[in-house]
Amino acid sequence: MKNFNFKTATSTKEATKLFSGRAAFLAGGMTLLPAIKLRLAAYSDLINIKKIKTLSGIKASSKSLKIGSASTHVTVASSKEVIKSIPSLSFLADGIGDPQVRNRGTIGGSIANNDPAADYPSACLALNAIIHTSKRKIPADKFFKGMFETDLKKGELIEAIEFEIPEKSSYAKFPNPASRYAIVGVYIAKLKKEVRVAITGASSSVYRSKELEAALTNNFSASAINNINISSADLNSDIHASEDYRAHLIKVMAQKAVSNC
Amino acid sequence: MASLIGSKVERKEDKKFLTGKGRYTADINLAHQTYAYFVRSTHARAKITNVDISKAKKAPGVIKIFTGDDIAREKIGGLIAGWKIVSQDGKDMKVPNHPPLAKDSVNYVGDHIAVVIAESLEEARNAAELVNVSYKILKAIVDTGNAMQSDTIHEGIDNNLCFDFILGDKKKTEESFSTADKIIKLDLRNNRLIPNAMEPRACIGDYNSSSDELTLYTTSQNPHLSRLVLSAFGGIHPEHKFRVVAPDVGGGFGSKIYAYAEDAVTAWASKKIERPVKWVAERSESFLSDCHGRDHITHVELAIKNDGKITGLKVDTIANIGAYASLFATVTPTYLYAPLILGLYDIPSAFINVKAVFTNTAPVDAYRGAGRPEATYLIERIVHKAANEIGMDQAEFRRKNFVDKFPHQQCLVHNIDSGDYKAHLDKALEISDYKNFKNRKSESAKNGKLRGIGFSTYIEACGIAPSAVVMSIGCGVGLWESAEVRFNATGNVSVFSGAHSHGQGHDTTFAQIVGDRLGVAIENIEVIHGDTDKGPFGMGTYGSRSLAVGGSAIAKACDKIIEKGKKVAAHMLEGKPEDIDFKDGDFILRSSNKKKTISEIAFACYLPGQFGDAKSPLPPGVEPGLKETSFYDPVNFSFPAGSHICEVEVDQNTGETKVVKYTAVDDFGTIINPMIVEGQVHGGIVQGIGQALYENSHYDDSGQLTTASYMDYTMPRADNFPQIKIDYTTTPATSNPLGSKGCGEAGAIAAPPAVMNAVIDAIGTDVSMPATAEKVWSAIKKNGYKKAAA
Repeated sequence: MKNFNFKTATSTKEATKLFSGRAAFLAGGMTLLPAIKLRLAAYSDLINIKKIKTLSGIKASSKSLKIGSASTHVTVASSKEVIKSIPSLSFLADGIGDPQVRNRGTIGGSIANNDPAADYPSACLALNAIIHTSKRKIPADKFFKGMFETDLKKGELIEAIEFEIPEKSSYAKFPNPASRYAIVGVYIAKLKKEVRVAITGASSSVYRSKELEAALTNNFSASAINNINISSADLNSDIHASEDYRAHLIKVMAQKAVSNC
Repeated sequence: MASLIGSKVERKEDKKFLTGKGRYTADINLAHQTYAYFVRSTHARAKITNVDISKAKKAPGVIKIFTGDDIAREKIGGLIAGWKIVSQDGKDMKVPNHPPLAKDSVNYVGDHIAVVIAESLEEARNAAELVNVSYKILKAIVDTGNAMQSDTIHEGIDNNLCFDFILGDKKKTEESFSTADKIIKLDLRNNRLIPNAMEPRACIGDYNSSSDELTLYTTSQNPHLSRLVLSAFGGIHPEHKFRVVAPDVGGGFGSKIYAYAEDAVTAWASKKIERPVKWVAERSESFLSDCHGRDHITHVELAIKNDGKITGLKVDTIANIGAYASLFATVTPTYLYAPLILGLYDIPSAFINVKAVFTNTAPVDAYRGAGRPEATYLIERIVHKAANEIGMDQAEFRRKNFVDKFPHQQCLVHNIDSGDYKAHLDKALEISDYKNFKNRKSESAKNGKLRGIGFSTYIEACGIAPSAVVMSIGCGVGLWESAEVRFNATGNVSVFSGAHSHGQGHDTTFAQIVGDRLGVAIENIEVIHGDTDKGPFGMGTYGSRSLAVGGSAIAKACDKIIEKGKKVAAHMLEGKPEDIDFKDGDFILRSSNKKKTISEIAFACYLPGQFGDAKSPLPPGVEPGLKETSFYDPVNFSFPAGSHICEVEVDQNTGETKVVKYTAVDDFGTIINPMIVEGQVHGGIVQGIGQALYENSHYDDSGQLTTASYMDYTMPRADNFPQIKIDYTTTPATSNPLGSKGCGEAGAIAAPPAVMNAVIDAIGTDVSMPATAEKVWSAIKKNGYKKAAA
C-alpha cells in the first residue's frame, strides 16, 4: 500500500469538493482496499464518505424503494422495508461475499465498481432503478457502460438507488465456488409495465436478456424458457466456466428464478 | 487413577490459540530489525540478462540489496534434494542446482531473484519495484504429460527427467496379466494442490556479531533438520553456533518441512548487515512459492479373475516435481507412493514405473499424505471400476481381496504387522446404513438429484521410519526421534521432543503419555519443542510419525526414569530394586507396602541429603538428578487403515456435486486422545473432499499461476461439508511400544477416491479431479442425459 491522504467528508457537497487529483471515494472499501494493498491501484487521496448522514437510510413508498448508497449489504438484507417490498433484493444482499464483506461493503460501492460478476447491478437493471448522484438521476439502463465502467463522471458521487417495486421478482445465482461471485446470476422482475431479466457474471458487464424478457412477457413461467436457445457468443470463458456452460446456466438459473417468483 | 490413554483431555494449547495469544514468527519483533522483500520472477522460464539495482539502492530506507551474484560470490550452497533415487538404468537421479537467489536463469513464476532489505516493509517493497530485471524469455514447460518431449529446462538433464524409477517384478506381473480373465484399465490425473496453511511462511535471521551466534526464527515443521541443511549444505553458519526456533506454527501440511530460499537468505543477510532481517510471506507469495502437492498423470491396469480375485497390478506414472527438486520431492512419488499402490489387498504381483519430470512450475513436494493419497487414489478408483465391470458388490469385491493374515509380506516392499480390514469395513457399512442406500437414491431422484455411493478402503505407511532401511534406499538422514523427560526438583516435568507441533496437539497428547506412564498430573507436565537450543536433535513432524516415533521416544525415556526411580526408592525404602513396583506415580516395596511418590524421588534425586543425616538417599553409583533421554528408532513403518464411505448428490441441471453423507471407520492402533484424533480425521477428510471437488492449482501455457488467490483457488468452506460420522476399530501396532499407528493424513488419503467413486457412481461416467460442476455437467451431457429414476 502506498501512502495517501485520508479525508473524511460529512456532506455530499464536502465530499465532491475534497475530490481532486487522483482521488477515490471510500465507503466499505471491499474492492478499493485490496486493489491498493496489492498495488494494483494507487491514489493521492481517499475520501471517507461513511460519515455522510444523507447517504444512509432506506425508504419505501407504494411505487419505489430508495436505499442510501452507503447502506451495507447487511443493512439491506435485514431491512424490514426491503423484505416487505422487494424480498428478492434482501435475498441478493444476503448472498454477497461473506459476513465480513456484507458488514462493510455497500450498495453504492458495488454499483460504482460495476464488477461484471457483482450481484447488485443485476437488481438495478431488473428493477428499473434510478441512480441518484450528486449531480443527476441516471436510469440503470444508461448507468452500466461496460466492464468496471459506469456513466459516473469524475468526482460524481452516488447518493441513493431507487428501485421500482415489482409485482414479483427473484434472483438466482450460481456462485463461483472460490470467490462466491456470480458465475451466472439472473434477476427476474415482473414490473407493472414489463418483465425485465438482468444477467450478471456471464458477460463483460451486466445486461438485459431480450429473448428471456420476450418469452416471459408472453408467459411468465419456467416452462416458457424451455425452448429458448441462449447463445454463448459474447459470454465469458475462464478457468471457472466456459461460455457454453455459462449459456446453459443462464437458462437453468432463469428457470429457477421464475419458479421462485 | 484412570488411564490418560484414550481420554478426551482438552487441548492444553487451545487457550493461547483461541484467545489470540499464540506467538508466531510474524509476532516476533527484534531491536534494530530490518525488513526483507523478495524480487521474484514474473516469467516462468527466462535467462536473466541483467539485474539493475542502481535506482533501487538509492531509494529511501534501503539498507542493502543482494542478488544471485552475491550468493554465488559468497559460495552459499543451494537448496538440496534430501533423498537419492536411482533410475532403472542404475544411474543416480539428476537434480539441478537450486541457489537461494537465481543467478543466470529463473524457472518458475515466483522464483527468487533479489532481496531488498530496508528500514520498513513499505520501503523495501517500494525499492523492489525499482529493481530492473532484464529477461530473455523462453518458452515455458508447464504440462506434466508433455514435459519429457519438451525443451530441456536444466542443462544436462535430458528430457527434463529427474529419474526413471521402477519397483516390482515385471516378469511375474506380465504373467499375471497374460493369464487374467479380465484386464481393467484407467487413466487418472491427480490434481495439483496448494497447501494453504493458515499461517503464511515467515522467518527472521538474527545474527549477533559479538558472540558470532546466528538465530533463525522460522515457520518450520522441523527446525533441527532445517539447521542441519542450512549449515551443512548452505554453509550459512556452523551448527553449534546456529539456533533455529520454530515457535507457534499455524499449520504446515508438509509445506513447512523444508528450508526455503527465504530461510537461507534472511539468515545469511543478517550476518552480512549485522542486523535482524525479517520476512513474512504475503498470501500471494504463499500461492506462488510454497511447495505444491500431488500432480501425477497415471495409467493403471488391474488383472483379475472372473471370481473377482485380483492377480496383478501395473502402473505408469509421470510425476511433476516442478522447477527444482525440493527436499522430499524425490521420495514422495517413489518410496512413499509406489509400495502403497497395492492398497490393503492381497495382490500377488505388481510393477510400477515412475518418471519424475521438471517443469517451469513451483516445486512440488510432500503434502498431507505425500504419495499415499496418489497411491490410494489409483488403487481405489480401479478397484471400484473392476467391481463394476464384473458386476460384483463394491464391499464384496473388496472383502474378497483383503489381506486377512498378519504379518503380511506384500509383493512390493512392506511387511504389514497388523490389521483387521473386514472389521472396519463391516462397521462402516453398518454406520453408513449401506443396505438402505437404494432407498436414499430413490428419495434423491424424487428431488431430481443423482445420488451415488463410493468406497475407499485404504492403507497407509506411517511412523516414518527405520533409519537404516530408509538410508539404504537413499534417504540423507535417519528418521528416528528423540525425547528428553526431565523431572524438576519440585516434582513437575519438562518434556523435550524433537517432533514439532503445528496444529497436531502434541502439548496435550505427549503430556498424556507422560502422565499415564509416570503418574503425574497433566497440568504438571510441559511439552517443549521447536527450538534447537532446547532439547536434543530431532527429525520433526510429517508423515504421521510424531506419535508412533516421537511418542515412543517419550515412552522409552519415561521407562528409563522409572528404572532409575526404582533404584532410588529401593535404597530409601531399604529394599531391592527388583522388589519395587511402580504404579500410578508410587514406588511401592512389595514386602512392606511402604512407598515413595515419584515427586519424592525426584526431590531426593535433586536434593540428595538432609540436615543432620549424612546418609544419601541415592544408592552408591547412582548420579543425582532425574532426567532421561531416548533416541527411538522404529523397527518398521506403522500401517493405519480404514474404510470410508461417501454419498454424493449431483444436480444434473448444473452438475453441482454435494457430499451428503460421509462415514469414516479407521484403525489407528492405540488412540491416545480421541478428541484430537477426531479433529485430525475431520481435517484430513475435508482436505480430501477439497481435492476431489474443489481445489486445483492451474498454470496457463505461459506458466502463469492462474489460481494465485482465493478468488480463483477454491478452498472448501464449512458449507461444502456434511456432518462426518467417525468411528474406529483397533489393532495395536506391534512395531512401537505405544501400539499407535498415526492418524494425521488418513482423511486426506482416503477421501478423494471415496468422493470420486461416489460421483462416478452417481453419473455413470468417468470424470477427473476436481469434479467441478462444469466438468460433471459436461460428463453427464457427453454421456447422454441420465434421467434420475424415481
